[in-house]
Amino acid sequence: MQVQNSITSKLQEAFSPQHLEVHNESSRHNVPPGSESHFKLIVVCEAFEGEMLIKRQRKINQLLADELATGVHALSMHTYTPTEWAEKNGLSPNSPPCLGGGK
Amino acid sequence: MDVLDRIREQVESNAVVVYMKGTPQMPQCGFSMRTAEALKACGKEFAYVNVLLDPEIFQNLPRYADWPTFPQVYIKGELVGGCDITLEMAERGELQKMIDEASA
Repeated sequence: MQVQNSITSKLQEAFSPQHLEVHNESSRHNVPPGSESHFKLIVVCEAFEGEMLIKRQRKINQLLADELATGVHALSMHTYTPTEWAEKNGLSPNSPPCLGGGK
Repeated sequence: MDVLDRIREQVESNAVVVYMKGTPQMPQCGFSMRTAEALKACGKEFAYVNVLLDPEIFQNLPRYADWPTFPQVYIKGELVGGCDITLEMAERGELQKMIDEASA
């Protein structure tokens, strides 16, 4: 849980999101049990208003640069403003299956 | 040729190019698969680079546009994003528009 906790607290601190989900999806991939390699994030915050998706995701990539450099292999990000999130009815896309391509 | 020059040439000489794991016909990663499918659905030709077969590009693409993960989609030389952004843009109809403009 160490990486998951660190991702969660960094996102909380940086964005104070209205809604935050950090899912460890590693068990769906070709990695040993208990791994923390594949994560899916849902981050909903006012600060994303007027920002392109790529800019929102760059901020998160930068915030989690250490994690990405040291073992986080996949980071699926769903970044919404509160209005966009309401339009989605609180549903984010499911992550795809692995297909086994390795690193 | 330096690897970053090689990448620059690829993204600048192709209107749409995806760096992915595997090929659009045989993707080897779910995120790459969904991204290639979204591009295919736009109905225009696009180029791809299988990063699993090119270790030099695999190693160096993340620093080309400062984006740490694969796949990566470039339209007219600019990074559009990875899987999540490409799919979100496809859902909003923005991807089709960008690709139509780039391929015109």
